[in-house]
Amino acid sequence: MTDKLEKGLEGLESGPERTAGIEPTRGAPAAESHPSVTALLEKFGDAVLHHELQAGDEHVAFIEPGRNVELLRWLKEDGQQRYNLLIDLTAVDYGGGRPLQVVYQLWSIPNKRALRVKAELPLDSLRIDTVVPIWSTANWLEREVYDLFGIEFSGHPDLRRIMMPDNYAEGHPLRKDFPLRGRFSRAEQTRRALSFDLSDYYTQAELAVIGEWEASQAQEHAPGSVEFPEDVKQSRDPRDAGSSAEEPE
Amino acid sequence: MSKRTVEYEVTRTGLREVEQGSMPPVVSPVLPEGVDPDLKGRRMLLNMGPQHPATHGVLRLVLQLDGETVVRCTPHIGYLHSSFEKLGEYRCWNQVVPLTDRMDYLAPLIYNIAYVAAVEKLMGIQITERCKVVRVMLMELDRIFSHLLWIGTTALDIGAMTVFLYTFQRREEIHNLHEALTGARITTSSTRVGGMMADLPPGFTDELRRFVDEAMPRTLDETETLLSNNNLWIGRNKDIGVISAEAAIDAGLTGPLLRATGIDYDVRKDRPYYDYETYDWDVVVGEHGDNYERYLVRMEEMRQSLRIVRQALDRLPDGPINVDDPRVILPSKTAAMTDMESMIHHFKIVMEGVKAPPGESWFGVESSKGELGMYVVSDGGSKPVRWRVRGPSFVNMSALPQMVEGHLYADVVATNASLDIVLGEIDR
Repeated sequence: MTDKLEKGLEGLESGPERTAGIEPTRGAPAAESHPSVTALLEKFGDAVLHHELQAGDEHVAFIEPGRNVELLRWLKEDGQQRYNLLIDLTAVDYGGGRPLQVVYQLWSIPNKRALRVKAELPLDSLRIDTVVPIWSTANWLEREVYDLFGIEFSGHPDLRRIMMPDNYAEGHPLRKDFPLRGRFSRAEQTRRALSFDLSDYYTQAELAVIGEWEASQAQEHAPGSVEFPEDVKQSRDPRDAGSSAEEPE
Repeated sequence: MSKRTVEYEVTRTGLREVEQGSMPPVVSPVLPEGVDPDLKGRRMLLNMGPQHPATHGVLRLVLQLDGETVVRCTPHIGYLHSSFEKLGEYRCWNQVVPLTDRMDYLAPLIYNIAYVAAVEKLMGIQITERCKVVRVMLMELDRIFSHLLWIGTTALDIGAMTVFLYTFQRREEIHNLHEALTGARITTSSTRVGGMMADLPPGFTDELRRFVDEAMPRTLDETETLLSNNNLWIGRNKDIGVISAEAAIDAGLTGPLLRATGIDYDVRKDRPYYDYETYDWDVVVGEHGDNYERYLVRMEEMRQSLRIVRQALDRLPDGPINVDDPRVILPSKTAAMTDMESMIHHFKIVMEGVKAPPGESWFGVESSKGELGMYVVSDGGSKPVRWRVRGPSFVNMSALPQMVEGHLYADVVATNASLDIVLGEIDR
């Protein structure tokens, strides 16, 4: 490997270049108001931490992560807001030890209005309550965020990895501290990929069904458990008849 | 013989409806003489995929069956995971474009355009009038491109081979148009921040007009003749895969799947971009939200797309296709060789890449499968901090279990086909 190529590969792994002196996680407070954010501020006051405007017309409300379910449920169920469509749920990692953001992109079909709600989670407590009871869309979206960012959603009905294999042990790929090529060597990755067993392919519930089925099959096909008619018995290969049959010469 | 107690009634309408009493069970299981009625109660696990022709890619469904009835369906995805979003964080803004068309290779131009539209919004770039019209034209063309594949392969899954041959003939013509415009048939990568890779080639508009005026309407008529009143097609699709409007919104369905339930949510009408509000077309809605209505909605959507393409062809203005902004668009080769300033711009764009200001933007477009959201976050550098794709197939796929549980196994194939998924985008 030439020095040049090696240097390039190192560059790949060091991640995106950053402009110094810019704190990107919070923008300037919004000059315009958004009816839902105004209502949120009136109703919940200090739970709304910050309100900003992005890209000209996108309103972003930062909320306290501990009260996300309460606020989001209100946004969905209040007669004036009715954000009934959770378009997207994702997370953003800015790197450099800054908190991870959980992003809820909401759309109200009746009011034709969009709102983005963000909750910031410090790296030492990546845990937030699930919103699956409010929008069932969140089920897979939260699984994806858990898989790729390692944020735990308390109360999620089925928090498993979704993109990466169930036995994936290298961490959470979309975090900035995760190297592009993974943490294990290529040989180790291949070895692990080849050593999958049944439990890596099925959920616990599915494994239980497999177990039941196999037990019933074993019982049904146990030696001597099946009564064959006389003519079948004679024509059958004695090896299939069970342990009592003698091996033919 | 003990009497069979039926836990999951085998009906054409499904388990959920039976429990709610909204629809009566149509067929009760009648076992032939001599068949052991105690077959029930033992669930079987059926592994469908990942290499199953009717899963439209590498999707794996694990089905728990009681007889032929699906009791539980668990989709396992990720077999095609390529971590596009992570790769995007290591590429310049323009270099992400080739990743986008590899997600939905059935409507690549929609993904190309949605991505650069998000970046342009973040950078505050107003694209030229000609570029807007061209992009609308190409997005509608690719909506037809994707729907044609959907109708062909769905009919094939259900057993009607002929439709596939008819629709793929038309798809071939769109492939040729793609090739004339971009040089590639599927992986188009034809957009750039601030415009397009190239303007329309000579003869493109004539060929496109011939396609929308002659070839395409004929194929749509032929397809409808083959399917709309076809007894088998209706039998396999009507009242199968039903989802109510409330459940569809709760599950986050968008696109034809949501519109088939009667909700008229269409991003092109509700949050118009690229002057969609100035085109004369209708949002297509259904009523019952079953597989058959999804078929009707998509067929009519193709006709509406043809209307939009025709109007776009009529109004296509002359003028430059790219913005006149040296920050993002490469100067012409001659200028770069003769003019000092152009050479500097050329050098900076090639060596450093286009730079976006700190901030973020969300751009939602109506793709052929539903709402496609591109969310880009920048910290002022030449690469995204985060590039997130809200894929419609991913969210639509998550609603499959509630559509098929309680139905027969064969309906899984029909319902899965009716979702119009593309695994490249689900797994990303």
